[in-house]
Amino acid sequence: MTALFFWFFAAIMLGFACAVVCNRNPVASALSLVISFAGLAALFVLLDAYFLGVIQVLVYAGAVMVLFLFIIMLLDLKAEERRKFNTSVIIGGLVVAAAFVAELCAVIEELPFGNRTFPVIHGNLQDVQNVGALLFSSYNLPFQVVGVLLLVATIGVVILSKRELK
Amino acid sequence: MDLTLDDYLLVSGLLFAIGFAGVLLRRNIIIIFMCLEMMLNAANLSLIAFSRYQAHDGMPNYNGQMLVFFIITVAAAEVAVGLAIIVALYRLRQTTHVEDISSLKF
Repeated sequence: MTALFFWFFAAIMLGFACAVVCNRNPVASALSLVISFAGLAALFVLLDAYFLGVIQVLVYAGAVMVLFLFIIMLLDLKAEERRKFNTSVIIGGLVVAAAFVAELCAVIEELPFGNRTFPVIHGNLQDVQNVGALLFSSYNLPFQVVGVLLLVATIGVVILSKRELK
Repeated sequence: MDLTLDDYLLVSGLLFAIGFAGVLLRRNIIIIFMCLEMMLNAANLSLIAFSRYQAHDGMPNYNGQMLVFFIITVAAAEVAVGLAIIVALYRLRQTTHVEDISSLKF
């Protein structure tokens, strides 16, 4: 049953990821990416990472993609759709990506521990509690540093969006 | 048929390859940026798969999940700054097409 769900959500995720690359319209690409991220969140849940699955939907499929759509609408990118694709670029890109996939398959075949199944998890996993406890104990310093990073990013964005850069 | 670590690593690698191909193929800077996000998420998927695989005492290894949490946070900051740069660039050049922005090209 889990395997069925896994392949279903993996197919959704990869299919819509391909749609992101193939769509000419940036809005359609962004909406495909939302669905792809939702499929990825489902895979997180299948791996018992419930908190990160929720975060993935809230932060990525929600906040980040709304920001992307907002910018796409703001910039009015209709003129970009009529560009011709360069054939040599397409062939080169596909060859490099295919070489990457082939090498990856070879590496995965060689993995000494890859074909073992996952260990069993206790029935009621207190996922959010465990993540929170770790976040505020062992990872307290990185957590605060990330807070400072977000503050700096906010200030940077405000300065970048001013009308004149000085 | 039970799922193995291989399956998750393969799916994660395929997602990374699709994002990589998108960065190489597309010429619109916003699409390139979205494909970068896709590659970050492929890394997140393999991190969580390893975290689940390293489970002991009936609990996943949470260190991997912590790394994913921080990656998501940093990626959100990165998206905000990157899109602000794209807007500033558009204001300056009236384009989001990478071939029109070549002043750093040798």
